[in-house]
Amino acid sequence: MNNRFKLGNYSLYLMLLPGLALIVIFNYVPMAGLAIGFQQFNPTKGLFGSEYIGFENFKYVYSLDDTMTVLRNTVSIAVMKMIAGLIVPIVVALLLNEVGKAYFRKGVQTLIYLPHFLSWVILAGILMDVLSPSTGIVNQFLGLFGIKPIFFLGNPSWFQPVLVISDVWKEFGFNTIVYLAALTGINPNLYEAAQMDGAGRRKQTWYITLPGILPIIILLATLSLGNVLNAGFDQVFNMYSPVVYSTGDIIDTYVYRLGMINFQFGVATAVGLFKSVVSFVLISVSYMLAYRFANYRIF
Amino acid sequence: MVRRKSPGRTAFIYCNYTLLALLSLLCIFPLIQVLAISFSSSYAAASGLVRFFPVDFTLDAYKYVATKPEFLRSFGITIERVLLGVSINMLVTILVAYPLSKDSSQLRFRTAFVWLFVFTMLFNGGLIPTYVVIKDLHMLNSIWALVLPGALPIFNVILLLNFFRNIPKELLEASFMDGANQWSTLWRIVVPVSLPALATITLFATVGHWNAWFDGIIYMNQPDKYPLQSYMQTIIVARDMSNLSLDDIDKLKNVSDRNIKAAQIFLGALPILLIYPLLQRFFMTGIVMGSVKE
Repeated sequence: MNNRFKLGNYSLYLMLLPGLALIVIFNYVPMAGLAIGFQQFNPTKGLFGSEYIGFENFKYVYSLDDTMTVLRNTVSIAVMKMIAGLIVPIVVALLLNEVGKAYFRKGVQTLIYLPHFLSWVILAGILMDVLSPSTGIVNQFLGLFGIKPIFFLGNPSWFQPVLVISDVWKEFGFNTIVYLAALTGINPNLYEAAQMDGAGRRKQTWYITLPGILPIIILLATLSLGNVLNAGFDQVFNMYSPVVYSTGDIIDTYVYRLGMINFQFGVATAVGLFKSVVSFVLISVSYMLAYRFANYRIF
Repeated sequence: MVRRKSPGRTAFIYCNYTLLALLSLLCIFPLIQVLAISFSSSYAAASGLVRFFPVDFTLDAYKYVATKPEFLRSFGITIERVLLGVSINMLVTILVAYPLSKDSSQLRFRTAFVWLFVFTMLFNGGLIPTYVVIKDLHMLNSIWALVLPGALPIFNVILLLNFFRNIPKELLEASFMDGANQWSTLWRIVVPVSLPALATITLFATVGHWNAWFDGIIYMNQPDKYPLQSYMQTIIVARDMSNLSLDDIDKLKNVSDRNIKAAQIFLGALPILLIYPLLQRFFMTGIVMGSVKE
């Protein structure tokens, strides 16, 4: 086993160097920078000069009225997105699976994947236009049924449903692919056998198709657990406004405003640290579950 | 064994086709409406007369956008960041994925290295500490702040390393037999046989850089350094009218705000729409690639 240290293999370590340097500087140094959360941070004094104040920032955040609202909004938006984002793609994949004409299936797929690739800046611009109470086409359509214009993005009770629906709208097509791939993996002999036994289409779906993709469904549901505190910064930031803070403000937007607008770096970092730690625990648990029950490995 | 379809089955098929057709239209109608508005006159757009076809067809909105220096400048910055960013992404991703695709007998501490990279997907310093680091490195207002922090998307590394691992061992051994070292084997054998995987990752990286907007907002203090999506964020979403010059206001008389916004939204989405056929072809490969493991 002497060839392990042949000159040739040193180049393997050299190749890793640029990547290692990047993650150390831009990922690991900021992790050390989480210490800001325990400091009375002063940008001119920096990380090493600022005063250590223990858990004061956390106590301060806990005393703010907004904090609980923000936490509640985050979890409620994220969980609704997780559930809707799991069910809709499964249903669409099952429906697409029943389509016989290949060109129709392809056409539908082409159109429903599209929103996934556009940024939330673009999509928020589009949504603000179509949802506008004065000129938006959605309200014009509702007007046909005598419904008064609704200010979807300016009404706290509408804001969360709009977030969930528009997020599903953007992502369901893309997530459908995974289930469609799983559906093609089901052994066709099973369907033939079921037909022989006299099972109709509905029974085949219920007893063959669904159990066939159940492992994937469970896997994706488990992995999504890590997102309980991820309500979708890009989307919320581009669609919310002070009018809907009561239902639309989430941890990430809260951290942004505390830090980048109010310059309370210590307090903002404390909130960010809370989110990072809780998310880390959730992700680790979900990966461990996925590994144990679905033998899923990330690498 | 062909059986006649039952009436229930026929009804289901019709409903299914209708439902799926409606669903697909729902995904593009908003985009089509924005396109129609961008080609309509300001009056028609402002009074909500436009449905899915332009009313009083005109190119005024596009002419206005084409003369807007901010739009053109930010467009240029985005092109620069995409070219620079994607090149760096690809280079570093390949260089990291190749050693990690070896097993521990060739790369000692392989598992530790992999975890070092993967850990950054599980835990992060968050917004403020990252900002402080970028600021202390004096990278604010520089294109490097948009390019370097995300230069190594770990997800792409994992996709690529799984692809590299499935390359037949004989191919690499033959290359080493011929006296090639790791470096030349990587560039002459591994990279050429991995072109489909590399194409997929290049497309992911391109879309990522094109769509990125938040880094521009926080790391660029001067709006004239904004890439396109950050600039659009400030004008379309944040609706800040204060930075309009008198000249702008004069031009605005002919064109309502709404069709200008629509034109910019469409132009911002256009490059993605143009490469969409490619994206569609390759991301299926990407997903399959990510799931194939030994």
